[in-house]
Amino acid sequence: MSKLKPIAVYIARGITLLLAVSICSFILASASPINPETRYRLSHPGVSDEKVAQMRDYWGIDEPPVQRYLGWLGGILRGDWGKSTSYRQPVLDVIGVRFKTSLALMLTAWTLSGLFGFGIGSLMAVFRGRPLDRIVKRVCLFMCSIPTFWIGLVFLAVFAAMLGWFPFGLAVPAGVPPEQVTLGQRIHHLILPALTLSFLSFSNLALHTREKLIDVYDSDFALFARARGESDTKILFRHGIRNALIPAITMQFGSFAELFGGSVFAENIFSYPGLGAAVSVAGTGATDIPLFLGIVMFSACFIFAGNLIANILTNLIDPRTKEAAR
Amino acid sequence: MNRRLSAAITAGVILAVILAIYIGGTFLPESALRADFSQKGLPPSASHIFGTDFLGRDMFTRTVKGLSISLVIGAAASVISAFIALAVGVTAAMGRGWVDHAVNWFIDVFMSVPHTVLIILISVALARGVKGMLVGVAVTHWVGLARIIRGEVMQIRGRQYIAASRRFGKSPLWIARKHILPHMVPQFFVGLILLFPHAIMHESGLTFLGFGLPPEQPAIGIILSESMKYISGGAVWLAFFPGLSLVVLVLLIDKLGNTIRYLLEPREAQL
Repeated sequence: MSKLKPIAVYIARGITLLLAVSICSFILASASPINPETRYRLSHPGVSDEKVAQMRDYWGIDEPPVQRYLGWLGGILRGDWGKSTSYRQPVLDVIGVRFKTSLALMLTAWTLSGLFGFGIGSLMAVFRGRPLDRIVKRVCLFMCSIPTFWIGLVFLAVFAAMLGWFPFGLAVPAGVPPEQVTLGQRIHHLILPALTLSFLSFSNLALHTREKLIDVYDSDFALFARARGESDTKILFRHGIRNALIPAITMQFGSFAELFGGSVFAENIFSYPGLGAAVSVAGTGATDIPLFLGIVMFSACFIFAGNLIANILTNLIDPRTKEAAR
Repeated sequence: MNRRLSAAITAGVILAVILAIYIGGTFLPESALRADFSQKGLPPSASHIFGTDFLGRDMFTRTVKGLSISLVIGAAASVISAFIALAVGVTAAMGRGWVDHAVNWFIDVFMSVPHTVLIILISVALARGVKGMLVGVAVTHWVGLARIIRGEVMQIRGRQYIAASRRFGKSPLWIARKHILPHMVPQFFVGLILLFPHAIMHESGLTFLGFGLPPEQPAIGIILSESMKYISGGAVWLAFFPGLSLVVLVLLIDKLGNTIRYLLEPREAQL
């Protein structure tokens, strides 16, 4: 029971955060000068003022903001997220379909960066201080400064344009009906965007894991293990991994915000029809406010879910927190 | 040569390079960016080290121009951001318990939406364009520095001279101004410089997506998003070199920040 209490507190805190996000984003969106009225006047030149007044009434612009906000929030809670103006579909449907496509990409990238980050971090720690460690560390620090959109372009140029190994974009081959697309083709289209996206967090995780493992190597119990005759690799497997895994997992689940932000770039470069690509569609041109607000709320929930999982996992896995709770 | 002197020389060289990019880009004559169709689509060579684009413009000149625009916007955004961070950090640490809680809660609200999405939202709220992007980048980057400054102030707050000052009846504002802020100067400057790379990357990223600078400006984001059309035709240099220069600039500024930290606080920082 005592284990569940911090989680309950965390969820309650999360709900207040989501409410605050909804209020802030609603205020920002209504402050935008790119509102339905200006757009309507642009798309219907010479429209009469009465017609505009009629439309204002229809959109409910003249209602007080608080009432409009409550109406919108009520809709969100009931599952009616409004209608996307650019896709001409309910917002929730657009988000659902696109998120499914994005999820494949994000999950692949997330797993890749987790495995590689942890692996390379461990490698650096085993070779700490030696040339291999120093070179890899330099490379990782360099990679932290590379913007996602540029590395995406470089991958596109090298692997798609020069070598021709991978397609230029989209999630499926163009001109093939959806039911005939094979899993192999989907994976083939997924690899480049996933690599681009995993580039984002992998070096961070590697550096973080390295630090944690070096702490382990400097500890008294590692010294004792060495005195017993254990090699560096043995210490890594017996004492290192379990100690470094929990912070690494927490960090990976806590990186959902960067993952989502990175997917906006990766999906735009590779014309991947996911949620990230929808962000820029909703923001450019005739701004699609309902969809955009929907995505803001959805991404906030997504990040909150990631942090919550990280929280629960650290509480459940780590035997030390169990002892502390006792 | 001791390490301090070599650090100072490093900082000087980096500053000179950044200044050169800024001056070179800002005072570039319009004619240097004119289209020249006899030179169009050339790969990198001795006369055009970054190649030319499909209007025959020299990519090196465009890149320098783009970097100088990035520098200006990055500087403006990180200065605003750093001042927000200073105000928030000092307020959180000096105020009562509930102020600190409120600030922390507010930071959590901020962190619960992806940065990219938040900047786009702010930029849309301000009708997109340069102003929207500048504000968007400026108001989203203070969080990390605010936390650092809060931690520092928390440490100083417990010192005896602060307690003595308080007993003398000085107001919290006076204490903050006379005893706290002077201690924050190194943190503030280093933090400001280290905000720079993030601001530049977000600026070019947003411009790349079509939210920041208008397409007629030769910003790095614009150059890269234009290059997407030509990559499939094999004009790889259009994307490669401008992006690489951006990465190099970011790394240089990062190095500058760390070097200056070392110069200001030699005992705490390492090179």
